[in-house]
Amino acid sequence: MPLHGIEVRNLQKYFHKRRKLFRARPAVVHALKDITFEVRLGETYGLLGPNGSGKSTLIRVLSTLLAPDGGEVRLLGHRIPGEEHLVRQKIGRVSVDAAFYKKLSARENLLYSAYLYGLDGRSAERRAMEILEALGLEQEKFTDPLEEMSRGMQQKVAITRALLVNPPLLLLDEPTTGLDPKSRRDVQTFLEALRAEHGTTILLTSHDMAETERLCSRIGFIAKGALIAEGSADELKAKSNAETLDDAFIALAGESLEEGKEGGGNNGHKPLKDDGEQAKAAAAAAVAAAKDEVRKEVGK
Amino acid sequence: MEQILRQTWAFVFRDINLTRRYMSWIVVFTFYAIVNTATIALIGVALGDRRLTLMLILGALLWNFLSVLFSEIANSITYERWEGTLEYTFMAPVSRLTHLAGVSLYVTIYSVARTVVITAGVALFVDFDLSRANLGGLFVVLLVSSLAFIGLGLMAAALPVMSPERGAEATNIFQGVLLLVSGVYYPVEVLPGWLQPVAYISPATYALSASRKLIGIGESAAEPAQGSGVPLSAVTYELVVLLLMGVVMIPLGLYVFGIVERWAKRTGKLKRTG
Repeated sequence: MPLHGIEVRNLQKYFHKRRKLFRARPAVVHALKDITFEVRLGETYGLLGPNGSGKSTLIRVLSTLLAPDGGEVRLLGHRIPGEEHLVRQKIGRVSVDAAFYKKLSARENLLYSAYLYGLDGRSAERRAMEILEALGLEQEKFTDPLEEMSRGMQQKVAITRALLVNPPLLLLDEPTTGLDPKSRRDVQTFLEALRAEHGTTILLTSHDMAETERLCSRIGFIAKGALIAEGSADELKAKSNAETLDDAFIALAGESLEEGKEGGGNNGHKPLKDDGEQAKAAAAAAVAAAKDEVRKEVGK
Repeated sequence: MEQILRQTWAFVFRDINLTRRYMSWIVVFTFYAIVNTATIALIGVALGDRRLTLMLILGALLWNFLSVLFSEIANSITYERWEGTLEYTFMAPVSRLTHLAGVSLYVTIYSVARTVVITAGVALFVDFDLSRANLGGLFVVLLVSSLAFIGLGLMAAALPVMSPERGAEATNIFQGVLLLVSGVYYPVEVLPGWLQPVAYISPATYALSASRKLIGIGESAAEPAQGSGVPLSAVTYELVVLLLMGVVMIPLGLYVFGIVERWAKRTGKLKRTG
């Protein structure tokens, strides 16, 4: 029995982008820089970072869709690369885009997924109905084509798909983005129940601070491909002398969680020292800058 | 074993339902195929040449069957990219062999059914007699030639993994070359000398040659029509070549697909939109 749901040591991922047809050397993007973290069995771990920080790349490595270029990755004790076939049987994934055959109904999409995992159709259908009901989706929607459903409803079907096989490990890449507050609460309550009843290990990426604080016992901040800090929400706030997780992120990463907004500080080039004067000064400057920005926005 | 059967069924189940949902397009494409085959066959009718008419109908029907088989398998990855489901299929615990076997199984059944419908449709426009043809033998040739085309389709299916747009373009070019060199509406001897050797590496050439003999119109214009189809044993050479092509091309297709899949996972090409 492994001790950890996820073990990542010094994970590296590079992408080579060809700039022009006749330019000999392609540009190298260092997408994941020496990432190291662990998620204990039954733990919910949050990853916070702006768009393009490497969250989805990390999830795609863990989902066996991207091969790592260096480091060590183990999911429930199984190595990547090497034991992908064992990993795939034990993970469920929800991505920010609900990827479905839009012309097919929720039932047809879910049954297709169930058969892919070798499940019996009848029991999979029963379980799908139970999960959808718990997530607050009306039964009659089950046979509606996905294209006729709202984004929120589609996302609930996507969560149901990930949970159909009752996976011991869930990779959730911004699963509640675009959901209305009620649906968001339904999903969060369901995830809490899942962890309590089944001890499911969950890796959650999100932009939503309140959601991350509510669901995750530990949180990692990721910026420009590097994991710059981790700890409980309170530890991270204390570390950066900030009142909110958002402020803590700005202080530690030097950029806002919102895409394209620089928060000041060290511009994300280097992680700041955990609790030194430099970090505190940077945090104060970054928080002040962010507040100014908000004031300007409000004043417009 | 039960799990593999369910996983294979997953693709058949998906494709049956997709066909159902896109039925109006299926009807439109089949209508076009019927009309296209009929207009080609009517050239033979206009010339009052029964042999030519049968040769044109056979060429059009066989090409309809083989090209749909090839292109549907080749485009199966492109469709998944369009729908955005590619990542979910590739992270499911299903072997690529099972995945592609499931896709190929449905496509083969669909292509056979489509060919039967087109044949019935063409009969409304052109009076042709297949009562003396060896229809059982023809069915065997269809199935055996399917293997080689499935293999070719698997190799072509790897192209959209590398680049969705370029992959689809390359697939169409490849299909065009097969149509040109295989002598679908003419004997390959009429092709320019430098192109003729290519005809002999196309499985469609052998499928057409065997089918012409089986419906009793002989292999070339110089050869008189027999009037009735030959027994299956008379096309052993073509069947063996087609079988060998299938035996080589299916594992080769899977091998090529595997190499491209590993490359795509290394370079990050295996994503929803490409």
